[in-house]
Amino acid sequence: MDVLIKDLGLLINAMLIATPPLLLAALGSCFSERSGVINIGIEGMMTIGAFTGAVAAYFTGNGWLGFLCGGLAGAAFGLIHAIACVSFGADQTIAGTAINFLAPGLAVFLCKALFDNSSDSPALDTAAKLPKMFNGVFKSGSFFYNVLCTYPVAYLCFALAILIWFVFYKTKFGMRLRAVGEHPQACETLGINVFRTRYVCVILSGFLAGLGGAFVTLATVSQFRPSVIVGQGFIAIAAVIFGKFDPVGSMKACLLFGFCNGVKALLGGSNVVSPNLISMIPYIVTILALVLFVGQSRVPAANGKPYMKSK
Amino acid sequence: MNKKNSILKGNAVYVFLSIMVGFAVGAILLLVAGLSPGEAYGKLVDGIFGQTKYIVWSIVYASPLIFTGLSVAFSFKTGVFNIGAEGQFVVGSLAACVVGIVVKAPAAIHVVLCILAAIIAGGLWGAIVGVLKVKRGVHEVLSYIMFNWIAFYLSNYVVNLKAIHRSGGGEATKDIADTAKMKLPDAVVAATRCGAANWGIFLAIGAAVLIWFIMNKTTLGYQLRAVGFSKSAAEYGGINTSKNFLIAMSISGGLAGLGGAVQVLGMSGRISQFASQEQFGFQGITVALIASSNPIGCIFAGLFYGAMKYGGTKLSLVNAPAEVVDIIMGTIILFIAISHIFKMIVAKRLHKKEEDK
Repeated sequence: MDVLIKDLGLLINAMLIATPPLLLAALGSCFSERSGVINIGIEGMMTIGAFTGAVAAYFTGNGWLGFLCGGLAGAAFGLIHAIACVSFGADQTIAGTAINFLAPGLAVFLCKALFDNSSDSPALDTAAKLPKMFNGVFKSGSFFYNVLCTYPVAYLCFALAILIWFVFYKTKFGMRLRAVGEHPQACETLGINVFRTRYVCVILSGFLAGLGGAFVTLATVSQFRPSVIVGQGFIAIAAVIFGKFDPVGSMKACLLFGFCNGVKALLGGSNVVSPNLISMIPYIVTILALVLFVGQSRVPAANGKPYMKSK
Repeated sequence: MNKKNSILKGNAVYVFLSIMVGFAVGAILLLVAGLSPGEAYGKLVDGIFGQTKYIVWSIVYASPLIFTGLSVAFSFKTGVFNIGAEGQFVVGSLAACVVGIVVKAPAAIHVVLCILAAIIAGGLWGAIVGVLKVKRGVHEVLSYIMFNWIAFYLSNYVVNLKAIHRSGGGEATKDIADTAKMKLPDAVVAATRCGAANWGIFLAIGAAVLIWFIMNKTTLGYQLRAVGFSKSAAEYGGINTSKNFLIAMSISGGLAGLGGAVQVLGMSGRISQFASQEQFGFQGITVALIASSNPIGCIFAGLFYGAMKYGGTKLSLVNAPAEVVDIIMGTIILFIAISHIFKMIVAKRLHKKEEDK
């Protein structure tokens, strides 16, 4: 029994490290998609966030400051995506593909420029990483130690998911952003500024994705590497589709996918199941969800359609 | 889908301007990083054209990209955005590699078997997404992205299988049999001084011409373009749109898979475990955009990208990060994507001028 509880603690611990980057990016994706702008650039925005977060923390020695800078770097690319898609009516998938070239390219470029042609940033001291909470309160290795002595951000992002759900469904801004994603023409006639709403949502999506990326380097990996994000941005997008474009639904999906990552991390070197097969699960689950519940995960009606003011 | 097509009807002027902007952005970044753009771009040009073998290497780099470019361009014409070329390329190279290792056959036949396996694998990977779209209404961009990553991990899984994994060091498969390699005759390889000189570019040119012919000179091509132009109009005209989507997505997948075969049989000879996506498919999107989806244009756009990729590997000699190539290419796509609004403005102006007369 004790062993079981201990294992459960370890699993929860692994989930609490694997889920936040996915969840933060997925919440960002919710903003963008619900306002009618497809954002597959989430992956690139996470990468630039991971890089900026690590570098800012390295130079300032402050994990929280690094975390914020990661978010801002993501937001900057959100702005680029918004300019292309909202103001210039670019094809959103193509613009997102461009972001996925630009942001990781820029991250590695700057890394090499800053750190003597090395594509990895120097390892961060524990002091420069995000802090953990309840230090020294519980016995190392016990269940509560594994569950509670972790990064406060891990718990905060679940609260954030619920907060964003509240914003979406209980506030004027949320109502507007959802309306803009469904029928921008009607919104314009009602005096809602479609452009401004979409700008805010896409920049927010970049900010949250950047935070998600920064969590990876500031909590898990302790340095930037070009392969630090691989696919997490796309898992986040998958989670949003699986979660029916809803913040809380996305959170549940992220927990499921975080569970997969947690299991993968726990099994580690053991050869019970190939980690590569476990890695496929989020994508296969999403495909199955799309096939089985087609229509239920309804894409916002104006998603992907550039909106141009008629003169 | 009309929007997509109107973007793709971009003309050379906008593409050329986008390329210029791309190089300008790259130059600014190099300056910011304290490097000389003149020196870096000089090295880039020298690294591509400086010696005969450099040019041959650039062509070797270009061949797979021409295929993924063709794959994306072909899908664009039918109104589908094949962002899944990445995954189709991966399963294609995987199939070619496995057949190259496991099967024993005489030289010419072995190569053909590998290529067929790659086309079938890539085609199937595209067809599954097509079936999901046609039968269940699943948006293809979403399932393409999912299948890219499934292919990614499938490849890593197969690379680590005992029968396939190389013994000794290195996270990679065994080398494919010599009979499966697509090398040019020894005399030619010796003359070019590029050990990887292979038949890929000739296959790519052949494929481009074939795709151009199918698109413009056959009933199938007419139907595919009609579906891409307006799905409902095509349906009204008696064209089976579902069938055409399936055909287009399978052919598009097969082309990307064939590109994977060219990469493995022609250049790498094995597959390494991926740490991150190799981006051949995404680079194909750039190729298709630069070529404005014209199959023949894909040859030149692919050569451009291949040369940039190969030249980029030389940049470290002048301490400039090779990633500047990614930034230049990303900027080019972004500007091609937003250029259609300028096209609209110009068209409107021209229209007005005519009315004023």
